[in-house]
Amino acid sequence: MTDLSLARAKPDAPRREPLRLPLVWLGVLPFAAFALLFLIWPTLHIVLGAFQTPEGGFTLRNLAGLFSPQILGAFWISIKVSVMTAALGCLIGFVLAAAVMRGGLPRGLRDAMLTFSGVASNFAGVPLAFAFIATLGRLGLVTVLLRDWFGINLYATGFNLISFAGLTLVYLYFQIPLMILIVTPALDGLRREWREAAASLGASGAQYWRMVALPVLWPSFLGTFALLFANAFGAVATAMALTGSSLSIVPIILFAQIRGDVLQDPHLGYAVAFGMIVLTGIANLVYIVLRSRAERWLK
Amino acid sequence: MIRSTRLWSWIAFALGAAYFLLPLAGMFEFSLRARRGEYSFQAYRNVLGDPQFLATFGYSVLMAGFTIVLGVLIVAPTAFWVRLKLPGLRPVIEFVTLLPLVIPPIVIVFGYIRLYNTSSWLPLTGSALGTDFLLMCGYATLSLPYMYRAVDTGLRTIDIRTLTEAAQSLGAGWITILGRLILPNVFVAVMSGAFLTFAIVIGEYVFAALLNRPAFGPYMVWMGSNKAYEPAALAVIAFSVTWACMALIQLATRFQKFTKASC
Repeated sequence: MTDLSLARAKPDAPRREPLRLPLVWLGVLPFAAFALLFLIWPTLHIVLGAFQTPEGGFTLRNLAGLFSPQILGAFWISIKVSVMTAALGCLIGFVLAAAVMRGGLPRGLRDAMLTFSGVASNFAGVPLAFAFIATLGRLGLVTVLLRDWFGINLYATGFNLISFAGLTLVYLYFQIPLMILIVTPALDGLRREWREAAASLGASGAQYWRMVALPVLWPSFLGTFALLFANAFGAVATAMALTGSSLSIVPIILFAQIRGDVLQDPHLGYAVAFGMIVLTGIANLVYIVLRSRAERWLK
Repeated sequence: MIRSTRLWSWIAFALGAAYFLLPLAGMFEFSLRARRGEYSFQAYRNVLGDPQFLATFGYSVLMAGFTIVLGVLIVAPTAFWVRLKLPGLRPVIEFVTLLPLVIPPIVIVFGYIRLYNTSSWLPLTGSALGTDFLLMCGYATLSLPYMYRAVDTGLRTIDIRTLTEAAQSLGAGWITILGRLILPNVFVAVMSGAFLTFAIVIGEYVFAALLNRPAFGPYMVWMGSNKAYEPAALAVIAFSVTWACMALIQLATRFQKFTKASC
């Protein structure tokens, strides 16, 4: 019986070939249809809309509309917040990870830090804003304690949670943990032999970090910076809940535009969205390129 | 030298811990202040007694459930099929699943509103059910990067080619292979993707707000601009949900390690 089936299968095989190719591709059809309908097409629609007049003709007027002071200002604040929180997030996240991993602290702290980072990097959005209002708002815990215990009036010093500095402080709450989650495996990848080799050549601890560890970690540093940038740039809910709409960063402008066409011109909304895609797209392209370079060393 | 390194490490750790724990403490303390002059759980009672809270939270939990099912149905067969038959396509699929991290969610939902509005070819936003469906697809899109990576990592640990051939030689069809062989084997990985999806969907704001659905995120924002202490209570509840999801993921991965060691 087996012989029979083998004998029958053989002459069949070449004839089946042209039929099988489309069948194999059929397997990814549900995914392709879903991605096309709910991810790629909507995005393309926005991108194309940025170059179209309401009648459907080609135009660059929408993009030119981005250069109005209001929108340019919003992009500028957004870029500043994103660059600032990405840079500080990278730096502080690295210092914390290095301190816990390599600073001779108890091993239990390491697991605790990683678990907490997993939670905190997902604790963004509306509740995060509430937590900070309850802590550093006008009646927040820290504000009140500083006033009652030390006689310091935080808000008299010019501090305000609804400001560039306040937003930066809040965004860092999910940026730093993300950096810790990404950089910890990279720190693990630093081999002990490298340190020993450096030490046997007479290098000090600082020299090892400056001349061996940091150059190896550098690409993953820059790459994570790009990821954190995109992460902050697209965040809407945190800023909305924190500031209402009094701080005009790009996502909030776009949100208001979608809700009620405050910009008067719906196609300008397409242009704003297109600008966001371009910026986060560049940031992520940098991340992908640099990560593949970083992984070469850490294999 | 070693000593001072350790000292500085402790200082860095303490500062970091203060930054991360103070807002949690502040949030909790604030949520207890609803009654003047004493700590009480009044804010929680107000929140839990609010029919709007139950309705929106229930709605978001339900949406999270549907989103997880949809996500698994889309991701698991695809990841399996690509690994088995179309390995050349893997980078493409991986790139597509990472796109939701590149394209800001607000842009995606903007596209939905323009593409599926009442005057379009597929007027999904015309009815509540259609909008719910659109919202579910949006959430599944948001969770795509996490779900795909979780399932793909799970598939890496099993020999799907041998398993599939063994099942086929016993006469199993594709549905049987996927449902009774592959899914149980990557169940733990699927669960960790599912909990992450749950955490994302519960707190999500932009999609639900712009599609005008009564989800938990918009409810929280509405509370934030209308009440003083209840928002802090909501934040504590949301934080507990996130924490529980992460704990369940850890538990699931630990369970996986355990089963692997035993066989």
